Amino acid sequence: MSLKHDIEFTLNGVQRKVTVDVTMNALDMLREVVGLTGTKYGCGEGECGACTIRVDGVSLNSCLMFAVDCHGRSVTTVEGLTDQPRGEALRDAFVAHGAVQCGFCTPGMMMQADHLLAKHEHPDDACVKRGLEGNLCRCTGYKKIVDAVVACGAAE
Amino acid sequence: MTVAEKKPRVIEPDSLIGKRIPKMDAPEKASGRTRYIHDINLSGQLHGKILRSGRIHALIKSIDTSAAKALPGVHVVITAADIPDQRPIGVAKDHFPLKVGRVRSQRDEIAAVAAESEEIAEAALKLIKVEYEDLPVISDPEDAIKPDAILIHPEPHGADGTHLHLKQGTSIAHKGKPDNIAMRFDYAHGDVVQGETESDVVVEDTFKLHYVTHCCMGVSGMIAEFDAAGNVLMYSNTQVPFLHKREFAEYLHIDPARIRIIQPPIGGGFGSKLDIYPFEVICLYLARAAKRPVKMLFTREEEFLASPTRQPVLLTLRSGCKKDGTLTFRTVHTLHDNGAYTSWGATTPFVMMQTFSSLYRVPHCDYHTAAVYTNNPYAGSFRGYGNLQATFAIEQHMDMLAEAIGMDPLEFRMKNAQDAGEVTGQGMSFKSCGFKECITTAATRSDFSRKFAENRANQKKPGNIKRGIGMASMLHVGGGAKIYPSDGCGTILKMDDFANVTLITGASEIGQGSETVLSQLVCEELGLPISAITVVNNDTAITPWDVGVHASRTTFIAGNSAIGAAKKAKAKILAVAAKKYGAAEAELDLRGGFVIRGDSGEAIVEVSKLLRNLHFQDKAELVMTTFYYEPPSVHQDKGFKGDVSAAYAWGTQVVEIEVDTDTGFIKLAKVTGAHDVGRVLNRLGIEGQIEGGVVMGQGYAFTEDLMMQDGIMKNPNFRDYKLVTAPEIPEMDIAFIESMDGEGPQGAKGVGEAPAICMAAAAANAIANATGVRMFELPFTPEKVYRALHGQTPKLYWKPWKAE
Repeated sequence: MSLKHDIEFTLNGVQRKVTVDVTMNALDMLREVVGLTGTKYGCGEGECGACTIRVDGVSLNSCLMFAVDCHGRSVTTVEGLTDQPRGEALRDAFVAHGAVQCGFCTPGMMMQADHLLAKHEHPDDACVKRGLEGNLCRCTGYKKIVDAVVACGAAE
Repeated sequence: MTVAEKKPRVIEPDSLIGKRIPKMDAPEKASGRTRYIHDINLSGQLHGKILRSGRIHALIKSIDTSAAKALPGVHVVITAADIPDQRPIGVAKDHFPLKVGRVRSQRDEIAAVAAESEEIAEAALKLIKVEYEDLPVISDPEDAIKPDAILIHPEPHGADGTHLHLKQGTSIAHKGKPDNIAMRFDYAHGDVVQGETESDVVVEDTFKLHYVTHCCMGVSGMIAEFDAAGNVLMYSNTQVPFLHKREFAEYLHIDPARIRIIQPPIGGGFGSKLDIYPFEVICLYLARAAKRPVKMLFTREEEFLASPTRQPVLLTLRSGCKKDGTLTFRTVHTLHDNGAYTSWGATTPFVMMQTFSSLYRVPHCDYHTAAVYTNNPYAGSFRGYGNLQATFAIEQHMDMLAEAIGMDPLEFRMKNAQDAGEVTGQGMSFKSCGFKECITTAATRSDFSRKFAENRANQKKPGNIKRGIGMASMLHVGGGAKIYPSDGCGTILKMDDFANVTLITGASEIGQGSETVLSQLVCEELGLPISAITVVNNDTAITPWDVGVHASRTTFIAGNSAIGAAKKAKAKILAVAAKKYGAAEAELDLRGGFVIRGDSGEAIVEVSKLLRNLHFQDKAELVMTTFYYEPPSVHQDKGFKGDVSAAYAWGTQVVEIEVDTDTGFIKLAKVTGAHDVGRVLNRLGIEGQIEGGVVMGQGYAFTEDLMMQDGIMKNPNFRDYKLVTAPEIPEMDIAFIESMDGEGPQGAKGVGEAPAICMAAAAANAIANATGVRMFELPFTPEKVYRALHGQTPKLYWKPWKAE
């Protein structure tokens, strides 16, 4: 039987205590233990970015992070992001710029964009493209996503 | 309105058409709240997993599932032996969901498990023991047609699920194949021999197109549940729910009426969800056996291994023209890698031949093709449906013929391009056709001619960075495609007494934005804001019939159907208003939520108020109406001739690149596109379709390559299968040609597939313009380009062959 571990962390501003399998990744913990399904499984090996979350402010692939490593840290998912002013602005920009088609990559893109805007003031096209390099999208051709993030950054 | 108001209120004309309307489901999606199939869990749900073949081509000698069955938490383990009523599935009904007696590819399904958790199901798979006897592997389609080739489908399939050792009297579902030819097509118009004698210049080349796959960001999955009465509920990502409802019923030996398919939002489609795949039928078998809901999700690796692909094609093209630039003939032979089984990929020649026969005026055209069985992954339908491959060859030859007669490639294309009013050798009738405008617009906006000449002059000059510009055009169905007995789509439109509309449509939404476009069309007709509408489009128990999302048909077909329903509702409202307010119906219109006088715009009554009166005072039913629409197209005859689509879409793309001759690396700098879309309905949505298609075409041309070696997939992951990323996208300048199709909804035509089609062809022409070297094989990776630039690529030649 697999080994379990109790962890405590801040999830979207709320203190959480959960018991997780030590081999479980943060993505499965969020989706299956906590029940927040906005964070997506796209590849499970850190290549697509659909599972991007922010941990202590840094954007990470939650599929590559052990759930137990969330202990004592502050985790933000897309569900928490859209409660914040920047998250709301990003969501509105994504909608207005047509950056969403099938929408499966969108939560990861939003999280990555949030991190990017926290690090860079008024980023230009090239900066945003570099920032989103690790997030794959198959529908939009990226342009409208980049436009949305640039516009959002410019308005901050 | 208050009683004190003296002046009648005037409602100014307004239109939703052509506006930038945000996708209606975008706010939910961008908040992470949308529940995809991956996010849905039913109480009592089990998890299903599939054991796939460990071999590429082998006989199955024995399967032992006893240890797996004994694992705690395992509910059901099934193999073909447990499902005696299995029926062969797929476009040619040539394989069983659970393989019987023989495996033919790496992805083949041997056994399946339903267990309490995914972990237990995976552990159970490891306990299943299979003994195989290996057979020779065919990994190259050219080997499949050799006289001594091992047969991939030698034995017949019985309709009762038996495969090997059929008992006498068993009814046969699939006869087996005496050769490895899955499907063949032979097309001709005119006389190519005559065409060749009339030619001043003839060129012949072989082109080789590779394996790529859809890579939907959401992996495949489904949930199946049987209720106590034996009714089936499926949560499925299918693009064709109504056709599949019937097919699944066949596989389960039940009445189709007992199957309900709910389609949660889909994480990408692109054609991948157009066929029934083994995992779906297996999930149903598991749920039936377990008497519990079963959820099955692929891993990304499984998504690569067991999803359909775009079909690899070997193509030899012989074309000719006169010195004056008139095309004379075209002879095409292609060999398609069908893979081990037959899905829609085998039928892509339907589309390819349209490009061969009718993109340009060609008096004489011959096309012969065979899709052959190999032990590779099996090819399905994928955005563009054979057209990327056909266009890759045709548009390179357009440049080469132009060069051979010393004509400007632009002028050469304009001389042979189709016009409105033309009926082609294949019987396609072009009612709206903005082809020439596409060519000239893309050329002008990109300054094509100047750059083309300049780049050519720079080829031999020093410096390792060479610029190139290349052009390609495309023709694709844009008004549905009459493939099935009906190409229709039903609509139910319901209005409540606050003038809110519920649009219930058969058309599925797969991310392309159909729900928003259909809403625009309905609200435009009824003079209502877009916020007044709710769309229901994902439940076969509620929605009317539709043939499915394919062939770029939804806006055109479902759009016309929705407009028809809205027009009926409008007529009903106006008739009531006319009676009530003593006006002629023809004098009235709907605008801004009001019944108005058409000439002055004067508001007469709010539609909501009128509807409430209708409901509560007249005790009349609320406006509910249905409308069914079938496009005016025809089925092709036996010679593949006929006007299969009610409208055709055109497009030209100009690609600008920079080739680093030291490394072979190509930077895609800019894409200028001009697309005849009939009319722009939602500018935001259509830009998104074009940009996404351009970048998908970029991946096909430059980065994506599903590598197969002896039937084994070498790169089933995003690390080694390289999708285009954000920093690599080109600058895009997209123009829309509005040819206002007479049959299209508000003049629009389909556009979903179009933007991916030209990219590889235009890129090849750009490479030739930059370097003087022509590349006949995709993808244009730095390694391939470097080799080609340094004379290390042997000239491809595939001797034209046709099945006897």
